[in-house]
Amino acid sequence: MEINSRKEKNIPVVSVKGRIDAVTAPEFEKNMSDLISKGENNLIINFADLEYISSAGLRSILATAKKLKAEGGKMLFAGLQGPVEEVFKISGFYSIFSIFDSEAAALNNL
Amino acid sequence: MRILSRIKLPAKLENLERLIEFVSASANEQGIDRKRIVEIEISTEEALVNIFNYAYQNTDGDVSVVCKSDDNDKFIIEIEDSGIPFDLLSLKEPDTNLDISERKIGGLGIFLIRKLMDDIQYRREDDRNVLTLVVSKSHINENNPEN
Repeated sequence: MEINSRKEKNIPVVSVKGRIDAVTAPEFEKNMSDLISKGENNLIINFADLEYISSAGLRSILATAKKLKAEGGKMLFAGLQGPVEEVFKISGFYSIFSIFDSEAAALNNL
Repeated sequence: MRILSRIKLPAKLENLERLIEFVSASANEQGIDRKRIVEIEISTEEALVNIFNYAYQNTDGDVSVVCKSDDNDKFIIEIEDSGIPFDLLSLKEPDTNLDISERKIGGLGIFLIRKLMDDIQYRREDDRNVLTLVVSKSHINENNPEN
């Protein structure tokens, strides 16, 4: 797993490449917590290069989303494809998160 | 039923990747496509992590993974441990209709296995838990967003 963060229009955009599994999920969650600690309350997560996500990854996303919600913020997702998109669909994440085809579409929504 | 390959390792998170790669390689040899292999990898991870966390919560032990073929349509993954009796299938499914504040953090693993695999069976045999994941090669993916 590789995590790259940058800012677009002052909003953090986090791109995750590779796999979020039981081994790497804690690192992903820590990355998200660090951004929240810095005062960020809206996060755009780009999963275009994410090949794999298991329930450990879904749990770290839910835990992050709960923290953001308490701060009045939210997570927006962009670029989901293949098995990652499928796992989001079957887990009901499409009904609890804002999911966009592209980063640009997510940014326009904020 | 023909055994394709077999591996036995300590049931530890540090062996997760090796065990998953082992199953993945066997599925690949059986001509299963890449997307279905990722679904098999996710299901295998969920089953293994449950063993690491629950079957051996107070002890150490091994997990063995056996890949089998019926030489027809089925690719089968048998996962065995000698931990405490633990039937993954008895777990309650999460409510996927709740919003963020109400959604429980756990319970998604078994739910994913149920949705991604064609069949799943549990049996207690002697002092072992045996979980069987069944993949049908002619599977039509009802969850596939492209369909």
